[in-house]
Amino acid sequence: MAGYAIRAELVKELSMNKKNPSTTHRLKHATKHLANGVALAVLALPLAAWATPAEDAAVPPETLERLQGMAPGAPLPKPGQFVHIPPTMEDLEASSLHPKLKETIRRGHDLFTHTQQLRGKNVFNDMNCSSCHMGEGRLPFSSPVWPAAVVLPNFRPKNGHVNSLEERIAGCFTYSMNGQPPAYGSDDMLALAAYHQWLAKGVPMYQPGNTMYGRGYPKLAEPELKPDVARGQAVYEAKCALCHSADGSGRKQNGKVVFPPLWGDNSFNWGAGISRLFTMASFIKHNMPLGQPNSLTEQQAWDLAQYIDSQERPQDPRYTGDIAETRALYEATFHKDTLYGTEFEGRILGDHSNTGEKPFLKPEGVLRSRDFSGRATNTN
Amino acid sequence: MKTTPRPAHAAKLRTLVAGITLFAASTPAALMAADLEAGKASAALCVACHQADGTGMAVPNGEPWPALAGMDAGYLLKQLQDFKAGARTNASMQPFAQMLNDEQMRNVAAYYASLPPRAGTPSQASAELLAHGEKLALRGDWDRYVVACVSCHGPGNGGVGSDFPRIAGQLPEYIKAQLIAYRDGSRANDPIDLMSAIAQRMTDHDIEAVSAWLGTQSAPNSSRN
Repeated sequence: MAGYAIRAELVKELSMNKKNPSTTHRLKHATKHLANGVALAVLALPLAAWATPAEDAAVPPETLERLQGMAPGAPLPKPGQFVHIPPTMEDLEASSLHPKLKETIRRGHDLFTHTQQLRGKNVFNDMNCSSCHMGEGRLPFSSPVWPAAVVLPNFRPKNGHVNSLEERIAGCFTYSMNGQPPAYGSDDMLALAAYHQWLAKGVPMYQPGNTMYGRGYPKLAEPELKPDVARGQAVYEAKCALCHSADGSGRKQNGKVVFPPLWGDNSFNWGAGISRLFTMASFIKHNMPLGQPNSLTEQQAWDLAQYIDSQERPQDPRYTGDIAETRALYEATFHKDTLYGTEFEGRILGDHSNTGEKPFLKPEGVLRSRDFSGRATNTN
Repeated sequence: MKTTPRPAHAAKLRTLVAGITLFAASTPAALMAADLEAGKASAALCVACHQADGTGMAVPNGEPWPALAGMDAGYLLKQLQDFKAGARTNASMQPFAQMLNDEQMRNVAAYYASLPPRAGTPSQASAELLAHGEKLALRGDWDRYVVACVSCHGPGNGGVGSDFPRIAGQLPEYIKAQLIAYRDGSRANDPIDLMSAIAQRMTDHDIEAVSAWLGTQSAPNSSRN
């Protein structure tokens, strides 16, 4: 009931077409919302009031309004969910952080939104971090990156050991950018990590990830109809091909990437998180077409994911040389959700040694396990 | 006497057309055969408003006449077709579009595409307004899901193919009028509602700011690289 009341109020406020708040206002709001977010989480735990509608009242209408602005059409926070609105770059400038730290975070933001500047060194495809983490990595339902800064180090099923924030970022470079991650501890890596941490400003360390509002690409409900390539292709041609091209290669202008490729040599590889059907479907539903989040149906999103995942892309860097073996090795933790190693139109997807523009399969020094038992001989 | 310079001129035009064809990968095949000379002749209809050099004009309290010079030929052609078919409405443009047949449209579009684009001009707007415009154009305002112009209009907002026009250096009055038209639905010939959806989230202040800033910018001619 309270939830409904807030919604009605929100609609009223949204229709008032308020003037754009100034930077100082926004900073004030950000700080306030941050405090509210923390307060909500702190309250939720001791009271264990997960299901009472009254809990909704803890998220102030102006926070809900901001969330609706950032994720139009997305569901509002459920009772007990942790809400965090990351600070903006304007907030950074207005902050009292050391000028050298501001410079570092600014550099991280620039690398995040213009990752192509690392082309040929760390990036070997047409992707930027912000191709998938839209809105400078701040948006709910677009895998906002602040959670990584507060849930790591943690065990990660994908590689079966405890990962740091830097290792998590290295994973994106390895798979989504089909590249060679900047070295651990390098200036670029530190800048990227600092940007992640800045976005998490005020969030408690080890805040439980499963309570975070809009974290990752929340899995859509199972589709009513079995996802279908032909239906997906029809939607693709109507809604996606204009920007991503009929052949999935994206679009460039004057040699610069404008719209990222969704498959082919310059797209993410078979080990990228977004090559999983549920991840792609959720990304599409909550973010595409550009500027029209939540405009497609869930069925359309699932069908599109099926169509896109039925195309070829650079080899998974974990490839052993045998497609069936590679799929089997990573089936439980990853490939059960991709079409890698499955048959489509008479051929096995991923059965090739094409690494795209990358002149190697595995990046150096990244795809290795770790050992904290105290018994390992090589722990460097 | 008149015939001597012609072959050289024609060769130059052929080179230009070849250049357009080479660089604008998305330009419809029909434009390859465009006759710039004939396009220039048809442009006699346009110069009163769009000016002889195609850089447009905005008169105080009047309808802004956009810069056409250096715009993508395929984009210009589509706008002419839409005016003729009524998919884009404008009382001033409609009668002129009606006068052109398909071939004349192709030629005149190619002719304007071949002209040097309007360069950005200094704005009288406040530094604060221009800064807000620059932010919207280059970074957007994701708190309100106002996507940056550059996300679709490409490097330097110089346009992408025939679908996303060059907006850098365009007359601010014209950009403003179009954003308002997209916002209120009186212009709706954008593919997949891409512009309309974003314009609907823009305030008057946003529109004023982004139009002013884009008008100060110069970008490479997207048709000729």
